[in-house]
Amino acid sequence: MKFRTFAAFVGPSIFLMVLFIAAPLVTVFLQSFQLNQPIVERVEVETCTPGFPAQKCVTEVKTQPLLDENGNVRTTSTWVGFESYANVLQLDRVAEAISDGRPGRILTIDFWKALRFTLTFTLVTLPLVIGVGLAIALAVNNLTRALRGQIIFVSLLPFIITPVIGALSIRWLFIGDGILTSLLESWLDRDISMFAQGWTIEAMMLFYRVWHVAPFAFVVFYAGLQTVNQDTLESAIIDGASRWERLRYVIIPHLMPLIVFIALIHLMDAYRAFEEVVGFSSQAHRITLQWLTYDYLTPDDSGNRSISRASASAMLTMVGIVILLIPLLRRSWRDHRGG
Amino acid sequence: MKLKTLAIGVALSLMSSGAYAACSFENTTPIKSLSAGFEAWKSVTDAMAECGNFEAELDQEFRTKQPSALAANPALYQIGGVSNGTVTPLLNEGLIRPLDDLIAEHGQGLSENQMIKIDGKTMAVAMMVNTQHLMYRKDIFDEVGIEVPKTWDEVIAAAQKIEEAGVVEYPLGATMKSGWNLAQDFNNMFLGYGGSFVNDDSTPNVNSEVGVKALETMKKLTQFMDPEYLVSDSTYVQQQFQQGKIAMANLWASRAGAMDDESESQVVGKVHAAAAPLAMEGGAPATTLWWDGMVIAKNITDEEAEAAMKLIVEGLDTEMVKANNDDAIWLIPGYEPSRLAEGAIATVNASPAPASYPSTSQMGLMHTALGNELPAFFTGERDAKATLEAVEAAYVTAAKEAGVLE
Repeated sequence: MKFRTFAAFVGPSIFLMVLFIAAPLVTVFLQSFQLNQPIVERVEVETCTPGFPAQKCVTEVKTQPLLDENGNVRTTSTWVGFESYANVLQLDRVAEAISDGRPGRILTIDFWKALRFTLTFTLVTLPLVIGVGLAIALAVNNLTRALRGQIIFVSLLPFIITPVIGALSIRWLFIGDGILTSLLESWLDRDISMFAQGWTIEAMMLFYRVWHVAPFAFVVFYAGLQTVNQDTLESAIIDGASRWERLRYVIIPHLMPLIVFIALIHLMDAYRAFEEVVGFSSQAHRITLQWLTYDYLTPDDSGNRSISRASASAMLTMVGIVILLIPLLRRSWRDHRGG
Repeated sequence: MKLKTLAIGVALSLMSSGAYAACSFENTTPIKSLSAGFEAWKSVTDAMAECGNFEAELDQEFRTKQPSALAANPALYQIGGVSNGTVTPLLNEGLIRPLDDLIAEHGQGLSENQMIKIDGKTMAVAMMVNTQHLMYRKDIFDEVGIEVPKTWDEVIAAAQKIEEAGVVEYPLGATMKSGWNLAQDFNNMFLGYGGSFVNDDSTPNVNSEVGVKALETMKKLTQFMDPEYLVSDSTYVQQQFQQGKIAMANLWASRAGAMDDESESQVVGKVHAAAAPLAMEGGAPATTLWWDGMVIAKNITDEEAEAAMKLIVEGLDTEMVKANNDDAIWLIPGYEPSRLAEGAIATVNASPAPASYPSTSQMGLMHTALGNELPAFFTGERDAKATLEAVEAAYVTAAKEAGVLE
C-alpha cells in the first residue's frame, strides 16, 4: 500500500486517539504529581436562617476561598512528587499493620481493599466467562439448525442490556424481600438477607459479570467453531478419539488465539469494574479501584474534591491493568513472530 | 371512532398544557431549575411550571452537579434548589447572586423568615425546614402498650418490647446507607452527645469518648433493624414504613407526607411523629436542622434573573401550600401544621434546640471521611476506636489536600 493511502486511512484514527486517549492520559499523569489548592481565608460570617417563629442569626468563623476580580476561585498549584500516590497507597499504615502482626488490617485501607476485590473479581470471572462462553458455543453448535437462531438470540440478551440496568435488575430481585429472596426463604425456610454481608454481595457481583459477559465470549467462540477443520475432526474420530479428546486436542488448540483475545478484553474490562458497585450499592462491603477513583472525584457538599488523589488512583489502575496483561501480550507477541 | 378518541386526546393535552389559569402571569423567558427530587420539590416545581416556559430537573444527585452547572457561563440552570448543606460551594465560589433587589421588586408574598441572609445580603429564599425526627406507628405502640420514647435508651427498650410482641418484621428502620446517609446518622448521634467535629484550628475531633459513645449506641440500634441497613436510604426507610415492615425510625420530616399517600402506603393515618430522641439527658435532640430553598445563578442575564424570581414567588405562594399542605414543614404563609408535622415542630422548639447542620468546608470533608470509613465498624472489620482513628486520618489527608489544614 502506498504510504499516502495508508496515512489517509489511519490518520483520522490516530488523531482521535491522540485527542481522546493520549492527551487526557498525559494530563492525568501530570495532575497526579500536582496539587491544586484554593487560596483560603478565614472570615467571620453572619448567617441568618429560618426558625419558629422568628429568624435565628449566628456569627461564625468560616474558611472561604478567595475570588479574583473575575469571580473565579484563586488557586495555587504546586508539584508534590509522589505525595498523592502515598496518600492513596498509605504504605505507612500497611507497614504498621504488618509490624503489629495483623496483616488483615491492610484490607481496611481503601486502596488495598479495592485492589483485593478487583483482583478476585477479575481472576474469578475470567475462567468462568471463557468456560461458560465455550460451553454455550459448543451446545449451540450441536443443536439442530432450526433451533439455533432462537437460542443465539436468547443467549445474547444479557449482553444487549445496559450494564447498570442489568445490575439493578439483579439487585431488585434480591434486595429486602425481593422475589428471589422470598423464594429462597420459603424454600430453605430461613431468613435470608443478601445485602447484609460482603460475601453474598460479592457472589452476586461475580454472577452478574459472568452472566453479562459470557454471551460475548459465546459469539466469538461460536464463530471460531465454524472454522474448525472438519477433515482433522473426522480423522480424529477414525483414530478413535472420544468427544472430550477431540475437544482437548483439536478444538481448543484451534480456538486458542480467540481464547487469548477474550481473556485480554475481559481482563481489561473486569479490572475497571464500576457498574457493579453502583448497581449493587456495595460500597459498605466491596469497592473496586475504578469506584475509588470516582469517589475521589465526587465533590462533597462543600464542593471539595480530590483531583490529585483521583489522578494518582487512575494511574495506579492503569499500571495494574498493564501488569495483568503482560503474560497474555507476550504470548500473542510470540505467536505473532512465530507465525 | 378512532378519530374521535384522537380528537379528545388532543383537546385534553391542549387543555393541560395551555392551562395557565393557576398562575398569575405568563412566563415568556425560558427558565430551568435543578433541585432535589422529594415530594415538596415536585409540588413547588409543578406550581412554577403552570406559568409556562419552565423546566424542572428533579435529581437526588443535584448536590454533585450543581456547582459545575452554575459555574458555566451562561449557567445551565437559572434556579437552583439548595439546602443549608449544599449551598456552601455556591456561596464560596460566588456562583449565586444577592436577591435583595429582586425581592424588593417582586417578592411581596415572601415572609422575612424565609430570607437566608449571609452578612446581611439575602442569598436564598427558604421554603421549608427539614429535620430527622422520630416517626412511629401509633397503632403498634398502643397495642404493645408503650409510651413514645424520648431518649435513644427508651427507643432501645421500646424496640425490645416490640420485638418480643412480634407484631412487625423489624422494630426499627434507619437511614444508614453507607456514604452520606450513614455519616449523617452518625452526625446526629454525635451532636446529640454534645460532640464537635473539628477544633478551631481545623484539626479533627471525632476520635473521642463522644465519638465512641455515638458509634456504640448506633451499633446497639442495628440489632433491631433489617440486616441490610447499610443499603437503606431515606426512600428505602419510607417504603419500609409504607409497607408496614417497621414500627419506628428517625426519618426526614420531608418524608412524612408519603405515609398518608393512599396510592403507596398501607399505613395511612397510623404513623405519628414526635421529637427526635435525646442521646443524653439534658442534651439537645440527636438531630440537625435543615432548610431547603431556592437560589438564582449569577451567570445569567438580569432578564432571566427577574423571570426566575417571579417564578419562585409563584411557586412559593399560599395557593401551592394549601394544595400540598402535608408535603413539608413549609415556611410559607398559609401553612397549617398537621399531625405529621408535630414531630418536626417539637424538635425545632426543644430546649436546648438542636443545631443547624454545620455547613463548612471542614464539615464537607469530615462528612465524606465518615461516610467512607464508618461502614467498616458496622461490618465488624474494625472496632470503634480504630474506625474513628481512620476517620481522622482520612480527614487530615483530605483537609491538607483542600488547603484548609496546614
